[in-house]
Amino acid sequence: MRSPEHVELVRNNPDLPPVAVIDRRPMTTGKKLIFAAIGLVAAIAWALVAFVRGESVNGAYFVVAAVGTYVIAYRFYARLIEYKVVRPRDDRATPAEEHENGRDFAPTDRRVLFGHHFAAIAGAGPLVGPVLAAQMGYLPGTLWIIIGAVLAGCVQDYLVLWLSTRRRGRSLGQMIRDEMGSIGGAAGLIGVFVIMIIILAVLALVVVNALAESPWGVFSVGMTIPIALFMGVYLRYLRPGRVAEVSVIGVALLVLAIVAGGWVADTAWGAETFTLEPVTVAWLIVGYGFLASVLPVWLLLAPRDYLSTFMKVGTIVLLAVGVIIAQPAVQAPAVSSFAIEGNGPAFAGSLFPFLFITIACGALSGFHALISSGTSPKLVEKESQLRLIGYGGMLTESFVAIMALVTAISIDQNLYFTMNAPATLTGGEPGTAADYVNGLGLAGPPATAADIQGAADAVGEESIISRTGGAPTLAFGMSQILGSFLGGASLQAFWYHFAIMFEALFILTTVDAGTRVARFMLSDTLGNLGGPLRRFRDPSWRVGAWICSVVVCGLWGAILLMGVTDPLGGINSLFPLFGIANQLLAAMALALVTVVVVKKGYLKWAWIPAVPLVWDLAVTMTASFQKIFSPEPSLGFWAQHNAFREARDAGETSFGTAADPAAMDSVIRNTFLQGTLAIVFAVLVLIVALVALWVCVKAIRAGGLPTTEEPDSRSATFAPSSLVSTDAEREVAAQWTAYYQEHPDQLRTGTHA
Amino acid sequence: MSAVPAQGPTADGGALGVVRRGWRALAWYVTGVLGESDYQRYVAHLRRVHQDAEVPTVRDYWRDRYAAQDANPGARCC
Repeated sequence: MRSPEHVELVRNNPDLPPVAVIDRRPMTTGKKLIFAAIGLVAAIAWALVAFVRGESVNGAYFVVAAVGTYVIAYRFYARLIEYKVVRPRDDRATPAEEHENGRDFAPTDRRVLFGHHFAAIAGAGPLVGPVLAAQMGYLPGTLWIIIGAVLAGCVQDYLVLWLSTRRRGRSLGQMIRDEMGSIGGAAGLIGVFVIMIIILAVLALVVVNALAESPWGVFSVGMTIPIALFMGVYLRYLRPGRVAEVSVIGVALLVLAIVAGGWVADTAWGAETFTLEPVTVAWLIVGYGFLASVLPVWLLLAPRDYLSTFMKVGTIVLLAVGVIIAQPAVQAPAVSSFAIEGNGPAFAGSLFPFLFITIACGALSGFHALISSGTSPKLVEKESQLRLIGYGGMLTESFVAIMALVTAISIDQNLYFTMNAPATLTGGEPGTAADYVNGLGLAGPPATAADIQGAADAVGEESIISRTGGAPTLAFGMSQILGSFLGGASLQAFWYHFAIMFEALFILTTVDAGTRVARFMLSDTLGNLGGPLRRFRDPSWRVGAWICSVVVCGLWGAILLMGVTDPLGGINSLFPLFGIANQLLAAMALALVTVVVVKKGYLKWAWIPAVPLVWDLAVTMTASFQKIFSPEPSLGFWAQHNAFREARDAGETSFGTAADPAAMDSVIRNTFLQGTLAIVFAVLVLIVALVALWVCVKAIRAGGLPTTEEPDSRSATFAPSSLVSTDAEREVAAQWTAYYQEHPDQLRTGTHA
Repeated sequence: MSAVPAQGPTADGGALGVVRRGWRALAWYVTGVLGESDYQRYVAHLRRVHQDAEVPTVRDYWRDRYAAQDANPGARCC
């Protein structure tokens, strides 16, 4: 071993090999040179991204700038957080070791857990947000995705994971109550539930927009249900436990379903049967959510999850390889006029705060705090591995978001805005859409109706006009990138529907699992009210499960239908609400982390969670304020509401984008609901933030306060902390192997409950 | 235990050995992430800590496991 004098080996039991390696060796010159080189390459890539203008900007620069920054941030900033805040102690047993039961508490190899954790945090969010944000140009989105992840998103994920690991894997809501008292806890609990509902509705809306009027998409995504049922039956009755095998079969069937979708959509009956109105698709998804919530997990949910994990990792790798090989030229400007004037068609509002709202997942996503508290803390072997799982997992998601952004900005600008402007602006026909985009003053040659129809034909769709929601745009960009080196134009339609399918698969997996989680939250809350409602606590009470499922599906289904029928374009009004909700959840999580850091007396380092918290509060409060109080009807919910009310009271029968009185009524209803939700979110988070501030002040005055951290329990095992073991770690691991060979009966005698 | 299966030098060595080791590592990783190897982990745990407990069959283990998931769902992210 190199310079052993700086390596401390910690033993809990003199008869056992060491349980922890504390490595204080300075970096070798070779390593310093490598990191300097990585930093230099990243800086050059950043300079190219930031200062080179015109069509010469290459999509691959973004990948290099991102990866270089991630490496430096992981090595230095995450390490600083580890030293100053987390202070991992590997002589302490993690919940997985202490409470090991071989099932939910089970020490899991760090590399496997990384895959596990990543599959749980990554979904459609990092793919959709950057695509919409591309209307502001490539530079703001790139900066926020990378810097936001490094300084905010990864910090949140890492530190929430740390808190939960020191508290036996408790959930976010529970930890808020434990550390901040019952008022903060209640606000947190309601906030999590309401936010969940809005997230489900918006994600479902993305699927509706991708599948409506697309027989190919409806057929292939619809086929995922029988495929999942088949997998479920196979796993239960034919070959139990063969998860990998059935997943490979499932993926093969899935690819077949995509190909078959093309055949079916080409036949007259297929086109007739599977061309569905948006409202029909919305009802089908609500029905699906309900079924998934009440059917047994083994039949539908678990097999879909396997498919989703497989497709997720596979497609993300495919896209990364595609961007690096195809090196698409960037078509978007660095900063568009929409960023400054705030009048973009995909979503309204200026760069600050709406860019930071639109790109939530990929930079800072509060939803991750729900994942980081719960499953992963019960599986981690050593506290020092949390940096890899928490910080590293989020860096990987940020990378996915950069890929999505590169895909979106390499699409022809005319087509990008044709797809992302609501139908009320584009008129829904190639001719009117061409007129609309030509009036936007975009760079490059003007679009013709033939260009727009040709793009739709190339991907096997009837039309690509006003296919808002991000998913179709991403699929279109992916089909160009992948088609450019895999199969050419002939396979472009296949790649388009492949991308639609995997996005729909992700989202439906989130929708079904989310509906179930929300159902349990509801029944727990009802059960805790006591009296005759106590029965809701029993998870096997079918009537209760049905009632709660109906309520949850009804709530998000109502918002979904509202979005689908919204004359203003559902994504346009609902996506900001989704972003605000997600970022507000992040504010709750960061407030909790800040409180604990202050309570523990690490005041000097409280800026690590406090800086992203303050930034996040500034963003979300400004956005909420504008959404509630802005006099500009395209931005403020209430301004829009009042404008339509006044028009109706004045006896007008059409107003703005609403063509008839019924449409006017629906705008009045929708804006009322959206405005109310915006107020509820903001108030809940303000309560949590104020309680957090109060607890922090109390803790500072008292010079620190006790936290609800579980008492120490001594570890009796060893595991390396970094992705690749160091020489010191390998030596200790070898000692353990030798020890177990000598004492086979001692093999991991975990102190077990 | 959750460790990479022993990868000692194989008798045939050479390219075939590399392929075989690579395949084994891939299978270990995929079954780990998907949860297929959880059964072996559970059985190992029982053998180690509760020697007198009855070891469930693969079929029963997965039935119980899905039943537990039914009662306590995990969230997926957006």
